[in-house]
Amino acid sequence: MSNQLISPDKFFLNRFGLNENSLEQILGAALERKADHADLYFEYRSAEGIALEESMVNHTSKSVSHGVGVRVCAEDRTGYAYSDEVTIDRMRLAAEAARAIADQRGAAPGAIQIGSHVSAHNLYELETTPLEIPLEDRAKLLAEIDRVARAYDPRVKNVMASIAAERKLVMIATSEGKIAADIQPLCRLNVTVIADDGKNRQIGSYGGGGRVEYRHFLENGRWKEYALEAARQAITNLDADDAPAGEMVVVLGPGWPGILLHEAIGHGLEGDFNRKGVSAFSNRIGQKVASELCTVVDDGTIKNRRGSLNVDDEGTPTSRTVLIEKGILRGYLQDRMNARLMKMAPTGNGRRESFAHSPMPRMTNTFMLAGESAPEDIIKSVDHGLYAVNFGGGQVDITNGKFVFSASEAYLIEGGRVTRPVKGATLIGNGPDVLTRVTMVGNDLALDAGVGTCGKDGQSVPVGVGLPTIRVDGITVGGTRS
Amino acid sequence: MATVDLGLAGWALGEAAKHGATAAEVLCISAESLAAGVRLGEVEKLKHSRERRLGLRVFTGKSSASASTAELERDSLVDFIANTVTLARLTSPDPWSGLPDPALHPKSFPELGLVDTEQGMVRADEALKIARTAERAALGRDPRIKNSEGAEFSSGRYQVMFVNSQGFAGEYGGTSFSLVVAPIARDGDSMQQGFWHTSNRRFSRLEDAESVGKTAAERALRRLGARKIKTTQAPVVFDPDMAAGLIRTIAGASSGPSLYKGASFLINQLGERIASSNVTVIDDALMPSGLGSKPFDGEGLATNRKKLVDGGTLATYLLDCYSARKLKLAPTGNASRGVGDAPSVSTTNLHLEPGIYTPQQIIGSVKDGLFLTEIIGMGVNMVTGDYSRGAGGIWIKNGELAYPVQEITIAGNLKEMLQAVEMVGNDLHWRSSTASPTLKISEMTIAGA
Repeated sequence: MSNQLISPDKFFLNRFGLNENSLEQILGAALERKADHADLYFEYRSAEGIALEESMVNHTSKSVSHGVGVRVCAEDRTGYAYSDEVTIDRMRLAAEAARAIADQRGAAPGAIQIGSHVSAHNLYELETTPLEIPLEDRAKLLAEIDRVARAYDPRVKNVMASIAAERKLVMIATSEGKIAADIQPLCRLNVTVIADDGKNRQIGSYGGGGRVEYRHFLENGRWKEYALEAARQAITNLDADDAPAGEMVVVLGPGWPGILLHEAIGHGLEGDFNRKGVSAFSNRIGQKVASELCTVVDDGTIKNRRGSLNVDDEGTPTSRTVLIEKGILRGYLQDRMNARLMKMAPTGNGRRESFAHSPMPRMTNTFMLAGESAPEDIIKSVDHGLYAVNFGGGQVDITNGKFVFSASEAYLIEGGRVTRPVKGATLIGNGPDVLTRVTMVGNDLALDAGVGTCGKDGQSVPVGVGLPTIRVDGITVGGTRS
Repeated sequence: MATVDLGLAGWALGEAAKHGATAAEVLCISAESLAAGVRLGEVEKLKHSRERRLGLRVFTGKSSASASTAELERDSLVDFIANTVTLARLTSPDPWSGLPDPALHPKSFPELGLVDTEQGMVRADEALKIARTAERAALGRDPRIKNSEGAEFSSGRYQVMFVNSQGFAGEYGGTSFSLVVAPIARDGDSMQQGFWHTSNRRFSRLEDAESVGKTAAERALRRLGARKIKTTQAPVVFDPDMAAGLIRTIAGASSGPSLYKGASFLINQLGERIASSNVTVIDDALMPSGLGSKPFDGEGLATNRKKLVDGGTLATYLLDCYSARKLKLAPTGNASRGVGDAPSVSTTNLHLEPGIYTPQQIIGSVKDGLFLTEIIGMGVNMVTGDYSRGAGGIWIKNGELAYPVQEITIAGNLKEMLQAVEMVGNDLHWRSSTASPTLKISEMTIAGA
């Protein structure tokens, strides 16, 4: 089933025997009491996974899930109920459960009429979704990755590679009578390599993907790059010295190190935390929170990116939101409820993991715009510091603003030159303060390769990050060598 | 609660065989839950959920595939089963794959008290009342508690059914109740969240709502005014929650899949001294009403109580059948699985055996060091044991808790950290399926300013 052959709203209506009239009825039941807004979120997700380890393609899996979530919002209250049985009866029960949040008193609004379709972007129209590629082809690619990674160096001892592909059909019907629908493809190729030189053992990981065709991995030799990159990281780390401990100048490489922005800035600017006044960034719009070299945006409208969406999970088209402009805090990321309560416009950042989850403000693709420095000049400018180019995950404490992100590949900079590799270490800083220490921004903005997943309140959603090379004058590096 | 009956599962096994599967397993999970949240005294959210899923793993000889679906009508299942068998045929044969030795399936199951027989699902109004009580207690604790991320009470129940084509059939249900409170303290520019929770399979055994709220408030208050410290080497006292995280890393590194992939710092350490003699780690699947208890594992094997680490010696690995065959050992009854996945390994009720010291004695033994109460980030390299985490806590000066600290890291290598466990507390309390008393590590690198 390719994108052209199916209209997702028709799919849901046919598949579950619904029509516009039944949607109106359920929304009407949800809004029987005094409430601001109600919506129905229908989801049909198919996913496949295939994995190789020890040179065998020995894991395959497939899943189909579907369901509907009914939400009722009244002031700052949310009632949510979902069911994986998509029937009129079940939806009516869910609507009754969800509306318990609303005030008993007050008149019900008038009848709901499903009318307009939300006009969304068209950011990932695919000829063939990854699920249509024969499993044999995917298995062959994994076997090639295994061969290439092992050939990189005899110290490569094990290779694990996997391809995950999914297609999600969604339809959102709102109490304003709007319908939005989307087909959301997503795929990802991951490679992990274990290297062993008899003395040390190390790990390296790399991968990529997005809302792309399977041939994305074949184009420009990407699959090979992932395999070699994972192997290179594992081998490099075999000779890594202990990482330094303490505050120092850190140069972050381009691309995935943009996780800094995601943790230090992005979460703290999500509307829910700011409406409640629990973020270290609360009430700081218009204030200087970064050096004037820094402009940071969240952009859900970039073609084929992992964090992009045609419409968010509340039916709002995604957009590009300037979070920090030349150092000044400009905007928050909003879903409908928090935008309404803060008297701001929704930004298309209302996202949810699945029909079993209520939406909240989330990031899409978050990155810093390129500056003017040449990356080599940035490194040359540092007498003693850390050059960190690859990272694992990160985390932030929204309320006190402290955030971490963990380097998985890093080097010492000594006398303006990148010298020895050092072991991975966690970097810790203060969100509202770290970007004020940015003294150089490179001209080499890169977005990550497309493997990011963000967790918040138990919900995981795919996201992207990006960064040019930057110099940060003072961030605490959590190594062991003091 | 809607459950899938054994009849349907048996039929699915038959369908799989009809399509050429040489062996198969069916796992069904149904669950129902209610969560009710308040914030600043007002209702904030109500969430009702119900789910049913069927998972299938089929073998065609030594090849296998796993799948799951929410479409449980027989018509849809016919295609689903046929597709899964086709998927298995496309998978490489794996000499280590297969169902367990049938002799390992138990004939009867222990009664573990996983269901609260006195309390059914908590109703929304009751749940809101409990959440409100807890949050009110937090807000009333101190005038510096000025804001809140709210309080949430949840009630859930689930049913698990597992059958395979060599005659195993088992079923069990469980209930769970939990309460979480997250108040925010503010003093000048310093704003800090506190967090506390209680969870139990029995409603009546939950910690009192007011005391949960007060504890959460105290945890927020004690972080106010936290400062950064200079980089140093010092002892680190892990509070029970932080210590439980450390114990989980031992289990992770002892799990079969990490070992055969070469992704563990405990490779070839079976029978070796991996920790100080204070360290005895137990995994007990049979603990009555334990949050991690279960009568059989994810492959239908009997579960048990075992010492993972015994007086510092790594006594066993944690293995499912696949990793056991690969490592030429016996499975340990620790298979776990998601509905549509192949078996993996997990712990049940994992804990560090309590020692003799009170937490006060442990803190009192430190002249200059960190009482660790928060960790952020994932900075553990399971292959090398290198450990580097964002941290926060309270600085210990001459045996007393002196002032809160933040924006620091603690670092070391797990192999050395486990050998450096100098004291273990007597304060083991179960609030999740992994628990630990307070413990002290004699020295780590603390990075700060």
